[in-house]
Amino acid sequence: MQADNHVKNSLRKTIKTFINVVPIMVGMLLLTSLVITVFPEQISAGLFGNGDILDTLLGASIGSIAAGHPLVSYLLGGELLGSGVGLLAVTALVVTWVTVGIVQLPAEALMLGTRFAVYRNIISFIVAIAIAFLTVYTLPFIGLS
Amino acid sequence: MPDKKIKSGRGGWLFLALVLIAYGLLGLVNPSATSQSLTFFTHVMHQVLPILGLVFLLLFIANLVLKPKWIKRYLGSDSGIKGWVAAVLGGMLSLGPIYPWYAMLAELRLKGMRNALIAVFLYSRAVKLPLLPLMIHYFGAAYTLVLCFYLIIFSIISGIVIEKMTLKSAG
Repeated sequence: MQADNHVKNSLRKTIKTFINVVPIMVGMLLLTSLVITVFPEQISAGLFGNGDILDTLLGASIGSIAAGHPLVSYLLGGELLGSGVGLLAVTALVVTWVTVGIVQLPAEALMLGTRFAVYRNIISFIVAIAIAFLTVYTLPFIGLS
Repeated sequence: MPDKKIKSGRGGWLFLALVLIAYGLLGLVNPSATSQSLTFFTHVMHQVLPILGLVFLLLFIANLVLKPKWIKRYLGSDSGIKGWVAAVLGGMLSLGPIYPWYAMLAELRLKGMRNALIAVFLYSRAVKLPLLPLMIHYFGAAYTLVLCFYLIIFSIISGIVIEKMTLKSAG
Protein backbone atom coordinates (compact mmCIF):
# COMPACT_ATOMS: atom_id res chain seq x y z
CA MET A 1 0.00 0.00 0.00
CA GLN A 2 2.80 2.37 1.03
CA ALA A 3 4.87 1.29 -1.98
CA ASP A 4 1.86 1.92 -4.25
CA ASN A 5 1.51 5.42 -2.87
CA HIS A 6 5.21 6.07 -3.36
CA VAL A 7 4.97 5.04 -7.05
CA LYS A 8 1.85 7.21 -7.53
CA ASN A 9 3.50 10.20 -5.83
CA SER A 10 6.65 9.82 -7.92
CA LEU A 11 4.59 9.62 -11.12
CA ARG A 12 2.53 12.67 -10.13
CA LYS A 13 5.72 14.60 -9.37
CA THR A 14 7.29 13.61 -12.69
CA ILE A 15 4.18 14.63 -14.65
CA LYS A 16 4.08 17.96 -12.80
CA THR A 17 7.75 18.62 -13.62
CA PHE A 18 7.10 17.70 -17.24
CA ILE A 19 4.09 20.00 -17.56
CA ASN A 20 6.32 22.85 -16.38
CA VAL A 21 9.10 21.94 -18.80
CA VAL A 22 7.07 21.36 -21.96
CA PRO A 23 6.12 25.01 -22.76
CA ILE A 24 9.70 26.16 -22.11
CA MET A 25 11.12 23.41 -24.28
CA VAL A 26 8.66 23.89 -27.15
CA GLY A 27 9.22 27.67 -26.96
CA MET A 28 12.98 27.21 -27.06
CA LEU A 29 12.87 24.81 -29.99
CA LEU A 30 10.60 27.22 -31.88
CA LEU A 31 13.00 30.09 -31.14
CA THR A 32 16.02 28.02 -32.17
CA SER A 33 14.32 27.05 -35.44
CA LEU A 34 13.59 30.70 -36.11
CA VAL A 35 17.20 31.82 -35.44
CA ILE A 36 18.69 29.04 -37.55
CA THR A 37 16.47 29.69 -40.58
CA VAL A 38 16.44 33.49 -40.45
CA PHE A 39 20.21 33.88 -39.92
CA PRO A 40 21.90 31.50 -42.36
CA GLU A 41 25.31 29.98 -41.67
CA GLN A 42 26.97 31.76 -44.58
CA ILE A 43 26.91 35.04 -42.60
CA SER A 44 29.58 33.73 -40.25
CA ALA A 45 32.09 32.72 -42.95
CA GLY A 46 32.73 36.29 -44.14
CA LEU A 47 33.31 37.71 -40.65
CA PHE A 48 36.63 36.08 -39.71
CA GLY A 49 40.21 37.02 -40.56
CA ASN A 50 40.87 39.74 -37.96
CA GLY A 51 43.66 38.04 -35.99
CA ASP A 52 43.64 35.22 -33.41
CA ILE A 53 42.12 37.14 -30.52
CA LEU A 54 39.26 38.81 -32.40
CA ASP A 55 38.52 35.65 -34.38
CA THR A 56 38.44 33.57 -31.19
CA LEU A 57 36.09 36.06 -29.54
CA LEU A 58 33.90 36.03 -32.63
CA GLY A 59 33.90 32.21 -32.76
CA ALA A 60 32.96 32.06 -29.08
CA SER A 61 30.20 34.64 -29.62
CA ILE A 62 28.70 32.78 -32.58
CA GLY A 63 28.78 29.52 -30.62
CA SER A 64 27.12 31.23 -27.64
CA ILE A 65 24.25 32.59 -29.73
CA ALA A 66 23.82 29.54 -31.92
CA ALA A 67 21.76 26.65 -30.70
CA GLY A 68 21.06 23.23 -31.98
CA HIS A 69 22.61 19.80 -32.15
CA PRO A 70 26.38 19.77 -31.43
CA LEU A 71 26.77 17.86 -34.66
CA VAL A 72 25.91 21.10 -36.49
CA SER A 73 28.82 22.83 -34.71
CA TYR A 74 31.20 20.12 -35.94
CA LEU A 75 29.90 20.51 -39.49
CA LEU A 76 30.10 24.30 -39.35
CA GLY A 77 33.53 24.13 -37.66
CA GLY A 78 34.76 21.78 -40.37
CA GLU A 79 33.43 24.09 -43.10
CA LEU A 80 35.03 27.15 -41.47
CA LEU A 81 38.38 25.35 -41.12
CA GLY A 82 38.14 24.42 -44.79
CA SER A 83 37.48 28.04 -45.75
CA GLY A 84 40.61 29.20 -43.91
CA VAL A 85 39.28 30.18 -40.46
CA GLY A 86 41.80 29.36 -37.69
CA LEU A 87 41.53 26.41 -35.31
CA LEU A 88 41.39 28.80 -32.32
CA ALA A 89 38.16 30.41 -33.52
CA VAL A 90 36.66 27.08 -34.54
CA THR A 91 37.49 25.51 -31.17
CA ALA A 92 35.95 28.45 -29.31
CA LEU A 93 32.82 28.09 -31.47
CA VAL A 94 32.54 24.32 -30.91
CA VAL A 95 33.01 24.65 -27.13
CA THR A 96 30.61 27.57 -26.58
CA TRP A 97 28.03 25.91 -28.83
CA VAL A 98 27.40 23.38 -26.06
CA THR A 99 28.55 25.17 -22.90
CA VAL A 100 27.09 28.67 -23.39
CA GLY A 101 23.46 29.20 -24.31
CA ILE A 102 22.19 32.72 -24.86
CA VAL A 103 19.06 31.35 -26.52
CA GLN A 104 18.56 28.86 -23.67
CA LEU A 105 19.32 31.45 -20.98
CA PRO A 106 15.65 32.25 -20.19
CA ALA A 107 14.91 28.55 -19.69
CA GLU A 108 18.02 28.02 -17.56
CA ALA A 109 17.15 31.07 -15.47
CA LEU A 110 13.56 29.93 -15.03
CA MET A 111 14.61 26.50 -13.81
CA LEU A 112 17.95 27.01 -12.07
CA GLY A 113 17.73 30.67 -11.06
CA THR A 114 18.82 33.85 -12.83
CA ARG A 115 22.00 34.41 -10.81
CA PHE A 116 23.25 30.87 -11.37
CA ALA A 117 22.38 30.96 -15.09
CA VAL A 118 24.06 34.32 -15.74
CA TYR A 119 27.25 33.47 -13.81
CA ARG A 120 27.46 30.04 -15.40
CA ASN A 121 27.18 31.43 -18.94
CA ILE A 122 29.71 34.22 -18.36
CA ILE A 123 32.26 31.85 -16.82
CA SER A 124 31.65 29.23 -19.51
CA PHE A 125 32.33 31.85 -22.20
CA ILE A 126 35.66 32.85 -20.61
CA VAL A 127 36.62 29.22 -20.01
CA ALA A 128 35.83 28.33 -23.64
CA ILE A 129 38.36 30.91 -24.84
CA ALA A 130 40.96 29.56 -22.41
CA ILE A 131 40.27 26.01 -23.62
CA ALA A 132 40.61 27.10 -27.26
CA PHE A 133 44.07 28.61 -26.65
CA LEU A 134 45.22 25.72 -24.44
CA THR A 135 44.06 23.06 -26.90
CA VAL A 136 45.60 24.67 -29.94
CA TYR A 137 48.92 25.42 -28.18
CA THR A 138 49.09 22.01 -26.46
CA LEU A 139 48.95 20.07 -29.73
CA PRO A 140 52.35 21.18 -31.10
CA PHE A 141 53.80 21.12 -27.57
CA ILE A 142 53.15 17.38 -27.23
CA GLY A 143 54.13 16.77 -30.83
CA LEU A 144 50.64 15.83 -32.03
CA SER A 145 49.96 18.68 -34.41
CA MET B 1 18.92 30.82 -1.06
CA PRO B 2 16.44 32.29 -3.51
CA ASP B 3 17.88 30.28 -6.39
CA LYS B 4 16.77 27.02 -4.83
CA LYS B 5 13.22 27.07 -6.09
CA ILE B 6 12.02 25.73 -9.39
CA LYS B 7 10.23 28.64 -10.93
CA SER B 8 7.37 27.11 -12.79
CA GLY B 9 3.82 27.51 -13.94
CA ARG B 10 2.99 30.74 -15.76
CA GLY B 11 6.56 31.78 -16.69
CA GLY B 12 6.99 28.95 -19.18
CA TRP B 13 3.56 29.45 -20.78
CA LEU B 14 4.13 33.19 -21.03
CA PHE B 15 7.45 32.55 -22.73
CA LEU B 16 5.81 30.16 -25.21
CA ALA B 17 3.09 32.74 -25.89
CA LEU B 18 5.75 35.41 -26.62
CA VAL B 19 7.55 33.11 -29.05
CA LEU B 20 4.25 32.32 -30.79
CA ILE B 21 3.53 36.05 -31.06
CA ALA B 22 7.00 36.51 -32.63
CA TYR B 23 6.13 33.78 -35.13
CA GLY B 24 2.80 35.46 -35.84
CA LEU B 25 4.51 38.80 -36.50
CA LEU B 26 7.17 37.21 -38.70
CA GLY B 27 4.40 35.36 -40.54
CA LEU B 28 2.88 38.70 -41.50
CA VAL B 29 6.21 40.13 -42.71
CA ASN B 30 7.89 37.03 -44.16
CA PRO B 31 5.59 34.01 -44.53
CA SER B 32 8.18 31.83 -46.30
CA ALA B 33 10.76 32.24 -43.47
CA THR B 34 8.04 31.36 -40.94
CA SER B 35 7.07 28.29 -42.91
CA GLN B 36 10.76 27.25 -43.16
CA SER B 37 11.19 27.71 -39.40
CA LEU B 38 8.10 25.62 -38.67
CA THR B 39 9.32 22.85 -40.98
CA PHE B 40 12.68 22.87 -39.17
CA PHE B 41 10.87 22.83 -35.81
CA THR B 42 8.78 19.80 -36.85
CA HIS B 43 11.94 17.98 -37.93
CA VAL B 44 13.68 18.74 -34.61
CA MET B 45 10.59 17.73 -32.60
CA HIS B 46 10.60 14.33 -34.33
CA GLN B 47 14.18 13.82 -33.17
CA VAL B 48 13.52 15.12 -29.68
CA LEU B 49 10.34 13.18 -28.82
CA PRO B 50 11.98 9.76 -28.25
CA ILE B 51 14.65 11.43 -26.10
CA LEU B 52 11.91 13.17 -24.11
CA GLY B 53 10.40 9.77 -23.42
CA LEU B 54 13.75 8.60 -22.09
CA VAL B 55 14.09 11.70 -19.94
CA PHE B 56 10.57 11.22 -18.56
CA LEU B 57 11.53 7.68 -17.59
CA LEU B 58 14.79 8.86 -15.98
CA LEU B 59 12.94 11.58 -14.07
CA PHE B 60 10.40 9.05 -12.87
CA ILE B 61 13.14 6.65 -11.75
CA ALA B 62 14.96 9.52 -10.05
CA ASN B 63 11.78 10.50 -8.18
CA LEU B 64 11.11 6.88 -7.31
CA VAL B 65 14.58 5.83 -6.22
CA LEU B 66 16.55 8.90 -5.24
CA LYS B 67 16.19 10.02 -1.67
CA PRO B 68 17.39 13.43 -0.47
CA LYS B 69 19.75 11.57 1.85
CA TRP B 70 21.32 9.74 -1.10
CA ILE B 71 21.66 12.94 -3.15
CA LYS B 72 23.26 14.69 -0.20
CA ARG B 73 25.71 11.82 0.11
CA TYR B 74 26.73 11.62 -3.57
CA LEU B 75 26.07 15.13 -4.88
CA GLY B 76 25.70 17.27 -1.76
CA SER B 77 28.21 19.43 0.10
CA ASP B 78 29.85 16.42 1.75
CA SER B 79 29.95 14.25 -1.37
CA GLY B 80 33.69 14.78 -1.91
CA ILE B 81 35.44 13.26 -4.91
CA LYS B 82 32.50 10.89 -5.62
CA GLY B 83 30.26 13.87 -6.31
CA TRP B 84 32.65 15.42 -8.82
CA VAL B 85 33.11 12.12 -10.65
CA ALA B 86 29.33 11.49 -10.67
CA ALA B 87 28.64 15.00 -12.05
CA VAL B 88 31.28 14.71 -14.81
CA LEU B 89 30.11 11.23 -15.87
CA GLY B 90 26.45 12.25 -15.64
CA GLY B 91 27.06 15.25 -17.91
CA MET B 92 29.03 13.19 -20.41
CA LEU B 93 26.32 10.54 -20.57
CA SER B 94 23.32 12.91 -20.65
CA LEU B 95 21.56 12.78 -24.00
CA GLY B 96 19.39 15.12 -26.03
CA PRO B 97 18.43 18.76 -25.62
CA ILE B 98 19.41 20.61 -22.49
CA TYR B 99 15.93 21.73 -21.35
CA PRO B 100 14.72 18.52 -19.68
CA TRP B 101 18.07 18.27 -17.90
CA TYR B 102 17.58 21.75 -16.41
CA ALA B 103 14.37 20.43 -14.87
CA MET B 104 16.07 17.33 -13.54
CA LEU B 105 18.96 19.33 -12.06
CA ALA B 106 16.52 21.77 -10.44
CA GLU B 107 14.74 18.79 -8.91
CA LEU B 108 18.04 17.32 -7.68
CA ARG B 109 19.03 20.69 -6.22
CA LEU B 110 15.85 20.72 -4.17
CA LYS B 111 17.01 17.36 -2.84
CA GLY B 112 20.43 18.78 -1.91
CA MET B 113 22.65 18.79 -5.02
CA ARG B 114 25.44 21.41 -4.92
CA ASN B 115 25.52 24.33 -7.38
CA ALA B 116 29.13 23.42 -8.24
CA LEU B 117 28.11 19.94 -9.31
CA ILE B 118 25.19 21.28 -11.38
CA ALA B 119 27.67 23.53 -13.21
CA VAL B 120 30.07 20.60 -13.67
CA PHE B 121 27.26 18.46 -15.07
CA LEU B 122 26.24 21.18 -17.54
CA TYR B 123 29.81 21.87 -18.68
CA SER B 124 30.85 18.24 -19.09
CA ARG B 125 27.92 17.82 -21.49
CA ALA B 126 30.36 19.30 -24.02
CA VAL B 127 32.09 15.91 -24.06
CA LYS B 128 29.61 14.01 -26.21
CA LEU B 129 30.60 10.36 -26.03
CA PRO B 130 28.32 9.19 -28.87
CA LEU B 131 29.64 12.00 -31.11
CA LEU B 132 33.34 11.43 -30.44
CA PRO B 133 33.83 9.41 -33.66
CA LEU B 134 32.39 12.35 -35.62
CA MET B 135 34.60 14.85 -33.85
CA ILE B 136 37.63 12.67 -34.60
CA HIS B 137 36.49 12.51 -38.23
CA TYR B 138 36.35 16.32 -38.53
CA PHE B 139 39.24 17.42 -36.29
CA GLY B 140 41.48 14.38 -35.72
CA ALA B 141 42.05 12.06 -32.76
CA ALA B 142 44.81 14.11 -31.12
CA TYR B 143 42.74 17.29 -31.16
CA THR B 144 39.67 15.47 -29.80
CA LEU B 145 41.68 13.86 -27.01
CA VAL B 146 43.31 17.13 -25.91
CA LEU B 147 40.04 19.10 -26.15
CA CYS B 148 38.11 16.52 -24.10
CA PHE B 149 40.85 16.48 -21.47
CA TYR B 150 40.62 20.27 -21.05
CA LEU B 151 36.81 20.20 -21.10
CA ILE B 152 36.75 17.79 -18.16
CA ILE B 153 39.40 19.69 -16.17
CA PHE B 154 37.69 23.04 -16.79
CA SER B 155 34.24 21.68 -16.01
CA ILE B 156 35.48 21.11 -12.46
CA ILE B 157 37.26 24.48 -12.26
CA SER B 158 34.17 26.34 -13.53
CA GLY B 159 32.01 24.44 -11.04
CA ILE B 160 34.17 25.61 -8.16
CA VAL B 161 34.20 29.22 -9.39
CA ILE B 162 30.44 29.36 -10.04
CA GLU B 163 29.64 27.97 -6.61
CA LYS B 164 31.92 30.51 -4.95
CA MET B 165 30.34 33.35 -6.95
CA THR B 166 26.73 32.31 -6.27
CA LEU B 167 27.46 31.83 -2.56
CA LYS B 168 29.25 35.18 -2.37
CA SER B 169 26.46 37.14 -4.03
CA ALA B 170 23.80 35.30 -2.01
CA GLY B 171 25.57 35.74 1.26
